[in-house]
Order: sequence, then structure tokens, then C-alpha cells
Amino acid sequence: MTDTSLAGTRTAPTLRLTVNGEALSLPAGVSVAGLLDHLGLPRRKIAVERNLEIVPRSLYDETSLSDGDQIEIVHFIGGG
Amino acid sequence: MDLDFTEDELQRYSRHILLREVGAIGQAKLRAARVLIVGAGGLGSPLALYLAAAGVGTLGLVDHDVLELSNLQRQVAHATARVGQRKVDSAAEALRGLNPEVKLELHPRRMDAAAARELIPQYDVICDGTDNFPTRFLLGDACHLLGKPLVSAAVLRFEGQLSVFRAHEGAPHPCHRCLNPEPPPPGLVPSCSEAGVLGAVVGVMGTLQATEVLKLVMGIGEGMSGRLLLWDALDARFRTVRLRRDPACALCGEHATIHDLSAHPG
Repeated sequence: MTDTSLAGTRTAPTLRLTVNGEALSLPAGVSVAGLLDHLGLPRRKIAVERNLEIVPRSLYDETSLSDGDQIEIVHFIGGG
Repeated sequence: MDLDFTEDELQRYSRHILLREVGAIGQAKLRAARVLIVGAGGLGSPLALYLAAAGVGTLGLVDHDVLELSNLQRQVAHATARVGQRKVDSAAEALRGLNPEVKLELHPRRMDAAAARELIPQYDVICDGTDNFPTRFLLGDACHLLGKPLVSAAVLRFEGQLSVFRAHEGAPHPCHRCLNPEPPPPGLVPSCSEAGVLGAVVGVMGTLQATEVLKLVMGIGEGMSGRLLLWDALDARFRTVRLRRDPACALCGEHATIHDLSAHPG
């Protein structure tokens, strides 16, 4: 296979994320909100940790993910 | 500060006083401190035991429940012979046996808004060892509005979470709603009685909570405000992540909408 075989092929740029330890590729430009929609997670029972920092829920729409981001979904617990 | 210790106190607390970060001054700060523990259960048991053993001068205990057999797998301040007693009384018996120098203030009542308004101002540090989201949100809101630090831990199954909230001191400290803006709708997150919890996990988290209370009272070490400790016992991994103040927070944000406890029952 040569480089020319790819000529003309246009693939959308993707982000390679790690979500809860597993690799996940999503289209570039996706936000934290987009990731949660993709994962189908109800927002009221989780927090999102991005590169060891909790993302405030009010910033999910405006926080764009970057290539290589390490994401952990933190589930709320309330037992004592 | 009163730095006079009896011979018994010097013996009892000798391993503390030996610590450079504690010393006689730290021990005197503990003796002068008033700490409120809400929930005399899985977290409250090790919390109360270690705070009493450490010589915290006054411990308040709030719990409206009666001891049941199913509590004893993790609630180590209690005893089989005391099943059927009020939990505050059962815990008090263990605490008096461990350290009779500690003054106990027992509050056998439900932690509602009225109890929060009445009790929280009487103490220096508040510990959340409750088992449900409505009470956790009440305590978080009340501590912020009444200007008291909240040392909070939670458990479920094999997991534990811990943080300290003192957003009333201003930025950069976040409050509990910066992490979790609203309680999850009923039924979305199971309780320990629905999903189970490993007893030893609760013990670790309550002991970590006690450690943070002692640090806070003595003013030593790095506090947990602005950080969230996450522990998964099955993975045997602790992680600490950063928790920032949410500018849009309804409790501590610039345009806060929560100014009283009127949304909470009682």
C-alpha cells in the first residue's frame, strides 16, 4: 500500500480518549456533554473527571475534549 | 489556650504529643474542640471512636435510629447486646469505655433543617456520616450557610469518596454543590441497604474522615478542600482529583440562589 492509495480519502479528525481505562474515539470538537450523550449516562448521578480534575456540570457544553484526554466517570454514592 | 495536662492525660496522649506536628499544643487544640458527627452508623462508628480516643474535648452525636442486627457487620462502635437501643446511647457506651475524658452530647433526633439550625452553630467541625442524599444536601447547605467546615465521606459497595468543604471561607474553596449540584432523583442511586457495602471499606473511610478532622482542628498538613479522594477497594487504588469552585454554583457561586434552608424539610 502506498500513500497514494489514501489520496482523496477524507476522514474526519478524531479524538483518542481514554474513558474509565478504555480507549474511545470520537469526532474532534466533541464536548463533555457530547461524550455523556454518546455514553448515554444520566448527568444527575455522575461527575466527570478529566485529567484528574472534576469538570463543573455548568461547563459540560463549553468544555471541548482534547486528544489524549483521560476521562473517568465518577458515580455519586451516598451511603454511610 | 490551656496547656495543663494531668498525669493521666499525658500518658493517654503520649504517642500524639511525641509527634512534632501535634505536641502539647495540638493536643490542647483537640481538647478544646467541639466536633459534631451526624450519623452514628458505619462512618460515624470509626469517626467517633478515633476522635474520642484522640481526645477531642466534646463530641456531639446525632442519630434518630435504633440499633439493628444488620448494622453490626460494619458499625463497630455498637455491640450485639445493645441491639434495640438508640444508636447514640449504644455508641456513647463504647466511647465512654474508650475515653471517659471526652464530653458527649447526644442528640437522638432526625437531622432536619431545624436540627441543623440549632446544632451546627454549636460546633467547630461537622462530619457527614449519613446514609442518604437529602440529609447530605441539607448538611452541605447548612454548613456553608452557617460557616462551618464539613468533613464528608460516602460509601457504597466497595467504593469510598471523601472531601472537605469550606467554601464559606471564599475562593478557591469549592462547596458540595460544585461537585454535585443537585441530589440525584430518588431511586437513581442505590443505598447500602439496597446494594450492599463491605464493612471494612466503611471503616477505612470513617477513619480517613477522622484523620481529616484531626488535621483540621490542629491546623496541620494539607487539607482536602478542593480535592476529592476516590477509593475503589476491589482495584486497591486511591486517586485524588482536583475539585474547583463552580462559578455557576447555586450555593457558593457569584449568582447563588440558595440563601437559606427553606428547600429542606423541617
